[in-house]
Amino acid sequence: MTEPTAAAPAAMPLPPTPSQTVGPFYGYALSFAGGGDLVPAGHPEALTLHGYVFDGAGEPVPDALLEFWQADPAGATAGAPGSLRHDPATGQVVGRDTVRFTGFARVPADADGHWTLRTLAPGPHRPAAVPYLALLLFARGLLHHLHTRVHLPEHAEALAAEPEFAALPPERLNTLLAVREAERRYRFDLRLQGEKETVFCDFPLGPHQPPGAAPVPGAR
Amino acid sequence: MTAQHPPPPAEPGSAAPHAQPVPPPPPHGATARGDAPPLSPAPSQADIDEAIGAAHARAAHAATRDHPPRDFPPYRSSALRHPLAAPLPLRDPEAVELRGPVFGVTDVTALDSDLTRRHHAEPLGERITVTGRVLDRRGRPVRGQLVEVWQANASGRYAHRLDQHPAPLDPHFTGFGRCLTDDEGRYAFTTIKPGAYPWRNHTNAWRPAHIHFSLFGDAFAQRLVTQMYFPGDPLFPYDPILRSVTDLAARERLVADYDHELSVPEWSLGYRWDIVLDGPAATWCEEGRAR
Ligand SMILES: [Fe+2]
Repeated sequence: MTEPTAAAPAAMPLPPTPSQTVGPFYGYALSFAGGGDLVPAGHPEALTLHGYVFDGAGEPVPDALLEFWQADPAGATAGAPGSLRHDPATGQVVGRDTVRFTGFARVPADADGHWTLRTLAPGPHRPAAVPYLALLLFARGLLHHLHTRVHLPEHAEALAAEPEFAALPPERLNTLLAVREAERRYRFDLRLQGEKETVFCDFPLGPHQPPGAAPVPGAR
Repeated sequence: MTAQHPPPPAEPGSAAPHAQPVPPPPPHGATARGDAPPLSPAPSQADIDEAIGAAHARAAHAATRDHPPRDFPPYRSSALRHPLAAPLPLRDPEAVELRGPVFGVTDVTALDSDLTRRHHAEPLGERITVTGRVLDRRGRPVRGQLVEVWQANASGRYAHRLDQHPAPLDPHFTGFGRCLTDDEGRYAFTTIKPGAYPWRNHTNAWRPAHIHFSLFGDAFAQRLVTQMYFPGDPLFPYDPILRSVTDLAARERLVADYDHELSVPEWSLGYRWDIVLDGPAATWCEEGRAR
């Protein structure tokens, strides 16, 4: 393979390392204690976000892995270390401290495809931005992960007014909105394929992504 | 490097346009390999080879073939797990995904990168070191970021309860590790060479030996989960997961180099594998927001 040299940034974009599926057996490696607890139970501002992951046949996906990355309530996206805080004596991951908000969570789906996240509502990451949680989905059978976003329902109108989302029909836009179920509890289901398929997104910002890299809708 | 040497029927050119569609897997259900349950009759290797040829022919005109298409019928579990709609392109230069999580000394201990020292005795197998650099597409090192690996033991068995491959578990090997990249983007692991293992994608399906890698960049949009393979593996031509990457040059980027300079006399064999994270970091770093 190419041996990129260190010092000078490459003039031409280096070809990227391809993605491969996470497979079925990541559980003893990637999962960690308290992965979905960005704040401790009982935190007065905590909200619970939960849902199911479904495949194209409407069956739950029991081996999906979800990752979340978000701004803190003030909108800061600096993050903080400590998502995988270790006990130095045992080497075991013991969960985040109760003070710093790391902004990162990792939640494996349960056997019934259900997942739960306890977090704080993200703030606007720039003035007037619509706040959201970035969600990354991995699964056996998925050769390349999928990005999507979770918005709380109070931001529905602002989201619909965002230019990047304006072209989405309402039923597609709705897949990016969590549903309020109770005080501080929201539901967000993901559908990998077919009817009510979740809107997934990508970030073609780099100089290296030729236009048209994304598949043409409906071209399969 | 032999990421490809043609298995009999299905390599470039010989792409079979009239391939029989590979039957999709039946609805979910955990199985011995935690993968698609056996069909009756399960597709043969020849069926899969033909389907790979057809999928490669279909992909030949794609604008980029750096990553596998999510719809790749020879990997049967992909059938119901890929979206039909194209992803929505988001170009907000201040998107939250252009920043990313941070990790530090609280998250990784020095021992975490040595997979051979997790138990009271040493695991069975061929001791190896795997090292390389994590770079962005401009060739700049990804510094202080989390690298996670997991793998089967030397017999091809994962320390995961759903893995029921009748190969021995090794009480001295769990098979996962973590480290943070250094200032040059370097990572390094000491482990044993994993074994090949069977799975139930089709009759006589075997995965080439591989190590699973999970990588973070400075931006969440650079996130990568992938698999590293070992040079010269005779199973490459038969594996629909490796060959889901339809471009040969891209496929070869998943294969480590054996590097004799990295081998330690009377101790271990060395492999080198550099990783380039895709994604938009190259742009936003120039705008002065790099951390
Ligand atoms: Fe594997």
